[in-house]
Amino acid sequence: MKLFSALTLFAAEEGGFHPPSIMEFYPEIVAFEGTIFAINRIMMIRLIVLAALLVLFYFWTRSFKRAVRTGNVVPGRFQLLGEMALNFVRKNIAHDQLGEKDGDRFLPLLTTIFFMVLGMNITGIIPFANIAGSSVVGLPLVLAAVAYVTFIYAGIRKHGVKFFSNALFPAGVPKPFYALVTPIELLSTFILRPVTLALRLLMNMIAGHLLLVLCFSATQFFFFEADGLFKLFGAGTLIFGFAFTIFEILVAVLQAYVFTLLTTVYIQLALADEH
Amino acid sequence: MISRILAAAAEEGAAAPNPLIPAWYDITWSSVVFVVLLTFFWFKVLPGFKKMLDERAKAIEGRLAEAEAAQRSAEERTAFIEAEQAKLRSESSSIREEARSEGAAILAEMKAQAAAEAERLQQTVKNSLEAEREVAQRVLRAEIGELAIELASRIVGQKLQEDAVANKVVDDFISELEGKRA
Repeated sequence: MKLFSALTLFAAEEGGFHPPSIMEFYPEIVAFEGTIFAINRIMMIRLIVLAALLVLFYFWTRSFKRAVRTGNVVPGRFQLLGEMALNFVRKNIAHDQLGEKDGDRFLPLLTTIFFMVLGMNITGIIPFANIAGSSVVGLPLVLAAVAYVTFIYAGIRKHGVKFFSNALFPAGVPKPFYALVTPIELLSTFILRPVTLALRLLMNMIAGHLLLVLCFSATQFFFFEADGLFKLFGAGTLIFGFAFTIFEILVAVLQAYVFTLLTTVYIQLALADEH
Repeated sequence: MISRILAAAAEEGAAAPNPLIPAWYDITWSSVVFVVLLTFFWFKVLPGFKKMLDERAKAIEGRLAEAEAAQRSAEERTAFIEAEQAKLRSESSSIREEARSEGAAILAEMKAQAAAEAERLQQTVKNSLEAEREVAQRVLRAEIGELAIELASRIVGQKLQEDAVANKVVDDFISELEGKRA
């Protein structure tokens, strides 16, 4: 099947060193080519991650329900893990930044963003996937757009049209300085925020993937195609590849945290009363 | 570094796509994943999670209140028992005190009774002794008088005619005897 062959990496390539290229992120389309539902390897990875998240959280939800039904207040190991994951977003991000009331209001969105980004990022180091679902611009872009719409919605809901004037004309600034401050605020709040959100995530994932490909394809080249002492370089690149794999786990979690935290902070700034 | 890599990559491929321009299918699948996950978390996972947390808080609070009530009732019972004990202790000590004083009274009464009884017995004995003595004296006196008269008449050989004289002689004799004895 075409779908299966798309999942295998670097199938039957010719010899020689293959440096990573931007084409890594545009694998062959395997289904629905030419439509907006076209599927390639990365889209398949996204759907697999979606399924994995659904299954995982379905089981967690079931164990929560069982705890409620049996009146059990001491969670088991599996349930505790789920509680820790959900509580991380609920307490350490939402409640810390927004307080309990507003935190719970925006919790569905923040939880979705966190686990979606984390799940998509982590495939970058998962064997046989080996590329992050968030390493193509669509996903960071959609999430940044969601964050953008959400914080503007939160501001308008709370302050009405005054939200824009509060944001563009900060209080306590002498009037003439608005000529300077307002364009800066406009740029930073309404243009740079979503752009940086999307680009930070995208570039972290692209760079991580390219680094790993570089390390491991170099290892492959040194071990199997280089002569004599050059084979030793392979050990070095392998160790680097291993280290960067560990580092990519950190980056995956960190980027998920940063994306969610920044979205929360933008919402918090939009909700904040004028000082 | 990224830009260099991208530049290198761009040189290779004839029509390298710009990684910042999304393809439509990319947007589609990103949105699908997001919408499905958002719906799932919003309506399924988080309500269940929140319900579980609320139930747990309720259960723990309920158990705390239960434990508090149990402790309070135990404290009340302890206080009640202690008061009861104190009451009993004071009661028993007062009973003991009463018994002791009663015992002392009884003892004193008995002693007095015994003393009186002894006195009475002594008196009786003394009285009876006195009476006996008197009887014996009288009898003796009479007998001795007769004996003495008989003796004297025998010795003198003559019967004294007049009793008065005889009585006087006898009395004199006895007084003499008594004076001698004394």
